[in-house]
Amino acid sequence: MAALTFILKSSIGNKLIMGLTGLFLIAFLMVHCIINSMIFMNDGGVIFNEAAEFMGKNVAIRTMEIGLFAGLFIHIFQGLNLVFKNRKARSVNYSVQNGNKSSKWYSRSMGLLGTLLLIFLIIHLRHFWYVSRLTNEISSDTNTLFDEMKKVFASFWVVLIYVLGMISLAYHLMHGFQSSFQTMGWNHKKYTPALKMIGFWFSVIIPFIFSTMPIALFLGLIK
Amino acid sequence: MSGNMNLTLKIWRQRNTKTKGALVDYKVKDISPDMSFLEMFDVLNEDLISKGDEPVAFDHDCREGICGMCSMHINGRPHGPKDAITTCQLHMRSFSDGDTIVVEPWRANAFPIIKDLTVDRSAFDRIIASGGYISVNTGNAQDGNVLPIAKQDADIAFAAAACIGCGACVAACKNASAMLFVSAKVNQLAHLPQGQPERMTRVKAMVAQMDKEGFGACTNTGACSAECPKEISLVNIAAMNREYLKANLISTED
Repeated sequence: MAALTFILKSSIGNKLIMGLTGLFLIAFLMVHCIINSMIFMNDGGVIFNEAAEFMGKNVAIRTMEIGLFAGLFIHIFQGLNLVFKNRKARSVNYSVQNGNKSSKWYSRSMGLLGTLLLIFLIIHLRHFWYVSRLTNEISSDTNTLFDEMKKVFASFWVVLIYVLGMISLAYHLMHGFQSSFQTMGWNHKKYTPALKMIGFWFSVIIPFIFSTMPIALFLGLIK
Repeated sequence: MSGNMNLTLKIWRQRNTKTKGALVDYKVKDISPDMSFLEMFDVLNEDLISKGDEPVAFDHDCREGICGMCSMHINGRPHGPKDAITTCQLHMRSFSDGDTIVVEPWRANAFPIIKDLTVDRSAFDRIIASGGYISVNTGNAQDGNVLPIAKQDADIAFAAAACIGCGACVAACKNASAMLFVSAKVNQLAHLPQGQPERMTRVKAMVAQMDKEGFGACTNTGACSAECPKEISLVNIAAMNREYLKANLISTED
């Protein structure tokens, strides 16, 4: 295992951790988005509740949930670690900043976008994960997860927070998706343009679908 | 002469590495649009010397865009507002009469300020000394065509070798990262037969030295490549990441 210490010791190793955990979280986002999209069946949440119940009770899924939290925490801590390390590389800043002339604002703001996402995640986990996993408030007959969603998204402010959270996610992904491949050394003139395009549309479509959920429930378009 | 300009300069003045610096205002008059940016500084310095003031210290050498010595951060951009040139190749016609120009040194803790606009870039030398070379026996150089090199490899190596080590990549990076500089050398030698024997040890040693010098990590913002006077591509950084992972994960060398 001594061969793997470079992951912790070197800047490239640190970045590799960010990229790999990032891609893992991207894979999770896709699953999460597909399952939640079941509410669009507009069947009073029947299929969605079944899927949610399966995800909540299946041992394999619950085990993977531990891995998911581990990946999330590593991504957060490594990210913060890199932000502070990188700041230390320049203690006196320029009086005139380079700004948007040579890079995209969101590529320079991954720490900020990540922090906004973390705040959103805490609120989001409190709304659903905490209630469904750690309390007895959700049951299959009296108060399903779909009922809980309708309750939570009855508030305009909650919907607004979720939409803002998804905008942060979109920009975070817009840089993170393609950046993770660059970090792993995957930059090839044949594949990188396609990969960047997939990354861009993934970053737009997934957060868009996610944000239509609270909006649709708030407006009563799904019953 | 008509078309000449009067400008206000805000220049970073700092006595030495240990003291604090500040931006100081200077006026320069009757600057020809055909002057280079450094010639404009020569005019300013002549004026300062004639007044008995301390001239502004700045780095320069060849003044033809190939040595990598000049290093000014002009209006927020390394080597000024034009792409793919060094400060010595920037001409005053890129500015207008009455402009205020802010000139700062490269800012990175790994590049301590020596005086005013001059910074100590010997961290780059130490990175090169750690592995950015090939070991050859002394004696006559062998014939140039003894070792066949595929055209595509020669092109990649040549494009990477165009790096002049000016440090604009570090200056432009929000993390003051030296990844573009280091990767250019790593990728250049990785594409040449002469670079093969030390290929795996080289990348490990150079990355370790880069980290030790206190440069930041790479965020892949692309600012380095956008500001590089020699247009070194980000592809080099991906290639170095690949080399580094190979050296650590696959190579059986220590």
